[in-house]
Amino acid sequence: MTQLVLEQILNGLQFGLMLFLLAAGLTLVFGIMDMINLSHGSLYMGGAYLGAAAAQASGSFLVGVVAAMLGMAAVGFILEILLLRRLYARDHLAQVLATFALILIANEIVHMIWGPQPLMLNPPELLAGPVDIFGFSYPAYRLFIITVGLGIAALLYLLVSHTRVGMWVRAGASNCEMAQALGVDVRRLFTGIFMLGAALCAVAGVLLGPLLAVQVGMGESILILAFVVIVIGGIGSIRGALVGSLLVGMVDTLGRALLPTLLRAVASPEVAAHLGPALASIMIYLLMAGILFWLPQGLFPSRA
Amino acid sequence: MKAHHRHGIQLEIGLLIFAAALPLVLQALGEDYYISFTTRLLIFALAATSLNFVVGYGGMIAFGHAAFFGIGAYVVALLMAADVTSAWIAWPLALCGAALAALFIGAISLRTRGVYFIMITLAFAQMIFYTIISLKSAGGDDGLPLEQRSSLTPFNLANDATLYWVTLAVLAACLIALKRLAASRYGRALAGLRQNEARMEALGYPVHRLKLVCFVIGAAVAGLAGALLANQNGLASPSQLYWTQSGMLLVMVILGGVGQRYGGIVGAIALLGLEEALSQVTEHGHLYVGIALLLVVLYAPRGLAGLRVHQR
Amino acid sequence: MSALLETLLETKGLKRHFGGLWAANGVDLKVKEFEVHALIGPNGAGKTTLIHLISGGLLPNEGGITFSGIDITRQSMHGRVALGITRSYQITQIFPHLSLLENVRLAVQARHRDWGSSFRFWRPASADFPMLEEAEDWLGRVGLAEKAGALACDVSHGEQRALELAMALATRPRLLLLDEPMAGMGPEESAHMANLIASLKGTQTVLLVEHDMDIVFRLADRVSVLVAGRIIASGAPDVVREYPEVRRAYLGDELQ
Repeated sequence: MTQLVLEQILNGLQFGLMLFLLAAGLTLVFGIMDMINLSHGSLYMGGAYLGAAAAQASGSFLVGVVAAMLGMAAVGFILEILLLRRLYARDHLAQVLATFALILIANEIVHMIWGPQPLMLNPPELLAGPVDIFGFSYPAYRLFIITVGLGIAALLYLLVSHTRVGMWVRAGASNCEMAQALGVDVRRLFTGIFMLGAALCAVAGVLLGPLLAVQVGMGESILILAFVVIVIGGIGSIRGALVGSLLVGMVDTLGRALLPTLLRAVASPEVAAHLGPALASIMIYLLMAGILFWLPQGLFPSRA
Repeated sequence: MKAHHRHGIQLEIGLLIFAAALPLVLQALGEDYYISFTTRLLIFALAATSLNFVVGYGGMIAFGHAAFFGIGAYVVALLMAADVTSAWIAWPLALCGAALAALFIGAISLRTRGVYFIMITLAFAQMIFYTIISLKSAGGDDGLPLEQRSSLTPFNLANDATLYWVTLAVLAACLIALKRLAASRYGRALAGLRQNEARMEALGYPVHRLKLVCFVIGAAVAGLAGALLANQNGLASPSQLYWTQSGMLLVMVILGGVGQRYGGIVGAIALLGLEEALSQVTEHGHLYVGIALLLVVLYAPRGLAGLRVHQR
Repeated sequence: MSALLETLLETKGLKRHFGGLWAANGVDLKVKEFEVHALIGPNGAGKTTLIHLISGGLLPNEGGITFSGIDITRQSMHGRVALGITRSYQITQIFPHLSLLENVRLAVQARHRDWGSSFRFWRPASADFPMLEEAEDWLGRVGLAEKAGALACDVSHGEQRALELAMALATRPRLLLLDEPMAGMGPEESAHMANLIASLKGTQTVLLVEHDMDIVFRLADRVSVLVAGRIIASGAPDVVREYPEVRRAYLGDELQ
């Protein structure tokens, strides 16, 4: 039992860190530009496809990761300059319409290039097997994802809290006019943030590729999780995104693994079999509704 | 002004007669498939209109409307599975089921504002989605098929044209009700709320209750639309509850024109019509739909129905 | 006629501080029914804070407020509106895209909340003739009858303020709080507004915050002088004008 719980905690950590890669960009775009970007999940999907294709062509997983990052950063650049920049000043409804349109377009383009079948992406051979930690064996690849995720989270933390660019970002998240008064070139800052967010999405897409299917529509389900994360954490807060990601990752993973077992202890097997999966899959939404009920601005409100 | 008004009513009656005659024309042309398709159009027009009431009249950007649409469908399918076939029982229950869910969800969600309201309505809709697909008695991922269409004695819904006319009648009734509602004291209070909520509160209006009632009315009509769709499709499907469906309905409303009485209808017909037309010529219709939507965002900020209105 | 002398609103020892600053430092104020009572005082004396304390936008740290014999010290803003305390705002608060008539009609409609008038869904509001006539009456009283059909965002600033007054009156308040109703107006518009307020004399209890001394001494039945969070003088305009501390603390500045 302890071993199961430990393993699930690691899985939750791994899932949470990947969610963080998505949520970090989303929360900055949402918090600083006040922009609802539904197409964020499409960047994740695009990254996964680009990475899988590049890895297949080159035979190297690393090439896949780098290609996905560079490719999606470029896509992000073009999108921001051509379209999104014209939407910042519009109301949320216009943003929903435009970015929903982007989802339709992205899905169709991926469909046209790679066809309806899911792509296969294998983990690097070096990491294909299990390793022994804490006295039980755990997939090396998942451990690798955790390490990369922690590394990126640390880098982002350093970037936001210890550099001049990070100061601009924080200033922008709490007060955009103040940032402008500080002499920040807001337009270029926004483009940069969007490219960074797109590259992080791509990393998450490639890293999760071997665990989940690389297929059309993969962005839609995870997008909502990323929104749940940033709403829980407080829109615009990187720290909130990290805490929210880990919380959502843990609650979701542990809930799915343990709730049915726990329910069996207190209710009849039949009820547990019915209720368990249902309850497990809505846990994070209950968490979010609860947090918003008591803290309407999330855990770390960044705007006054 | 008066003449203009009368002209508007004449146009509405003309359109209604055209819509009512459409199945006969299609039958004569041998295009029976299009009777089903236009029924679908009308059902989505109804659902989008109900959302437009919440978004455009009530000023609440709700991103979970598909939940109420889906609840209506599942209520009908579950009752059918329990041998309740009468539409006179099942459809009102579908409407009430959606209204009841909205009463609960709205009462909690309306504590939040702005983007948080958008997100909390989305979260509740996702909860309902996941609850229903994990229920085996509701058919799980596959959805719940209907053995037959509801029986709406004395009408025979098994006939596609009859289902079309019933749907058209429901839509027309809802539009008349919407027109009355917008001009009523309640509707005027909503108009004030949309423009200056703080002032309405200072005047002593029960703001929370006014908005909740709007949210519930919109959901109830969506539930009825869901009941109709289950009959049309012969299936209550989980995809009808998924967030992309909420997004689709919202897109129809924005496309048609937020707060315009015909916004939901124009949006539904434009979007589904475009999809259908493109499906005849290309496999990748959604690409062009997406591009068309982008063009609307950039060049017709008030939606298609707004294009007609110049300065008012 | 004894009703004329009844005290409608009374504050006793009202205190409210922001950090270390006492914006209200023991305010004792009496407003009698049907009088126009002006509140004057230098900038930062706490006039707006006092209006907020009376309307329920702020709660006091100490002291009490009674309205028509009822203790309303802890009452919500909503509850005070229901009791008949209505305020107008320094910043114009109207419904910009509705007609003037509709703006006032909504205020009339709000008054009937007890019998649920806002939850009538079928009958057109435009068929509510008594309600419309009442709204037209109020518009007429502030001199806007001619513009009843215009959108509120299309009329001048002065007309918007007059509209705001009509809306406040349409709620039939027992006490009307007017916070600088002439703010941002030209001389002509100011004079018009002053005439409007003068027309309320004897029928409507008004607590008026105003800077222009000429207007205050013309309009007010009684004047209270607020300096540093305290009422230092209260009484008929001619009497208050002669108080030495009033001349020193406030009028002196004005007269220079």
